[in-house]
Amino acid sequence: MTVATVDRRGTFQLAGEADGLALVFSQPLSFWGGIDAETGEIIDHSHPGLGQNVAGRILVMPSGRGSSSSSSVLAEAIRRGTAPAGILLQRPDPILAVGAIVAEFLYDIHMPLVVCDIAGIVSGDRIAVRVGEEGEAVLHKAQ
Amino acid sequence: MTLELTARDQSMLDGEQGPSAAAAMKILVAFSNAVGARGLLDITGAHIDGCLYHGKAGLDFVERLVEGGGRVQVPTTLNVGSFDLIHPGMVKMPAAEEVPARRLMKAHLELGCQATFTCAPYQTRFRPAFGQQVAWGESNAIVFANSVIGARTNRYGDFIDLCCAMTGRAPAWGLHLSENRRGRILFELDIAEPRDSLFVGVGLIVGQASGDRIPVISGLPRPRDEDQLKALGAAAATTGAVALFHAVGITPEANTPDEAFHGRAPEETIRISQADIDHALSRLSGVADGTPLAAVSLGTPHFSHEEWMRLLPMLREAAPGRGIPIYVNTGRATLTRLQEEGALTGMEAFGLIPVADTCTYVTSILERLDGVVMTNSGKWAHYAPGNIGVTVAFAEMVDCIRSAAAGQVMRGAS
Repeated sequence: MTVATVDRRGTFQLAGEADGLALVFSQPLSFWGGIDAETGEIIDHSHPGLGQNVAGRILVMPSGRGSSSSSSVLAEAIRRGTAPAGILLQRPDPILAVGAIVAEFLYDIHMPLVVCDIAGIVSGDRIAVRVGEEGEAVLHKAQ
Repeated sequence: MTLELTARDQSMLDGEQGPSAAAAMKILVAFSNAVGARGLLDITGAHIDGCLYHGKAGLDFVERLVEGGGRVQVPTTLNVGSFDLIHPGMVKMPAAEEVPARRLMKAHLELGCQATFTCAPYQTRFRPAFGQQVAWGESNAIVFANSVIGARTNRYGDFIDLCCAMTGRAPAWGLHLSENRRGRILFELDIAEPRDSLFVGVGLIVGQASGDRIPVISGLPRPRDEDQLKALGAAAATTGAVALFHAVGITPEANTPDEAFHGRAPEETIRISQADIDHALSRLSGVADGTPLAAVSLGTPHFSHEEWMRLLPMLREAAPGRGIPIYVNTGRATLTRLQEEGALTGMEAFGLIPVADTCTYVTSILERLDGVVMTNSGKWAHYAPGNIGVTVAFAEMVDCIRSAAAGQVMRGAS
């Protein structure tokens, strides 16, 4: 995609670059019990995203949720290539941060985890995450 | 709010104390920033919930720390693994799964962790003291440490518990700090008889209703021993995310309601009646009395020595002789003590099968999964149907043993 105008800026919990289609949820998703790390499919029966797949998407949600075991599931999904290409959160999340950092440490895969304003992003938006000059997260959006 | 590191923290981060300490500190710093901690604090011990194999990433992490020459910096206990290393052959698992799962347990030992393999580290010589800062994983251990002992830990888990152990540090936030240990929601009950099931029922209700607020329980009858508080906490951490409860006049930070609430008023008050308890417990039992019994499972969390001393006379009295297995999960230190005391001699005739280092609901131990299993554990009753696919009947311990003798579910016999 052509990276044109800056849409918004944010803070990295884990820095990296990614391109993908947004998958937006207003309800937080727990990776543990919520995502099958083998496939990236959403398996939480109480979540509106049930049956959709997070692999390669830019996952956008207000926050993380649930058990600390989500760290392992995210790290395992990143290892298997079934994780989102990047995650945008409204609020920082320690559990997802640990999973992303551990995966970077072990496998040198940098899945960007960004805290930013998520208003106005809808599923299907084409999002590019880039590292700005000050180390901040820079987001570009194309419809 | 920025995180302030000491010179020693910074030296670890910069790799001056080896690559493993550097990796652990880097993860700890990121976690601390995410939770808004202003600094790190020293811990006196850690309990690691990392020995159950959930995938390659978990094992790769520990292997990398081993390769980097890492050692834990504080006394560190280990939670259950997937195997009973004391009783080889008890767990049935395909070789492809067995090799990494066994390696995971061993790799933790190579980091200097203690081979406790118990979910009840508070029953070992590594039990912390009142006011000590620790970094513990495993939900029942966390709530016990905070509530019953008055030690201080947050709900640590995956990777981060080990990062605390590898650095001897924890983020200064949450329940490590006095001001965050204040009770916020009050549960009042007026039930005199301290039956084991009462403590389970109270735990189930408190867990469900508390959300992220610290519960204070008033009117709880004085527990016979700390095992009843263990059962309450384990149940509360099963139905909810409770990491600390106060019981007025019983737990160490709640001598008075005022102390528990730090002089403030509860935000909400909930009455618990006997009917509420009965309702909560009835949801743990899917079968009617008279249903044929396949097995009994006790000791979730791990059976203490005191619980064994209550169980063994019950076994002798009821003398179950139908070959129905009575599994009892316990820590290896407790088991060793019992064997030294000769307490278990002849008990196999009653169907007794002690299980160490693991638990009957996290791995494949039970011979039969097609029948009803009785338990006195609210936690086991909640998780076992989903984990291993059994039908559960919850009951008092004495009813579990009498049912094993009768070959069918019998409750309320006391």
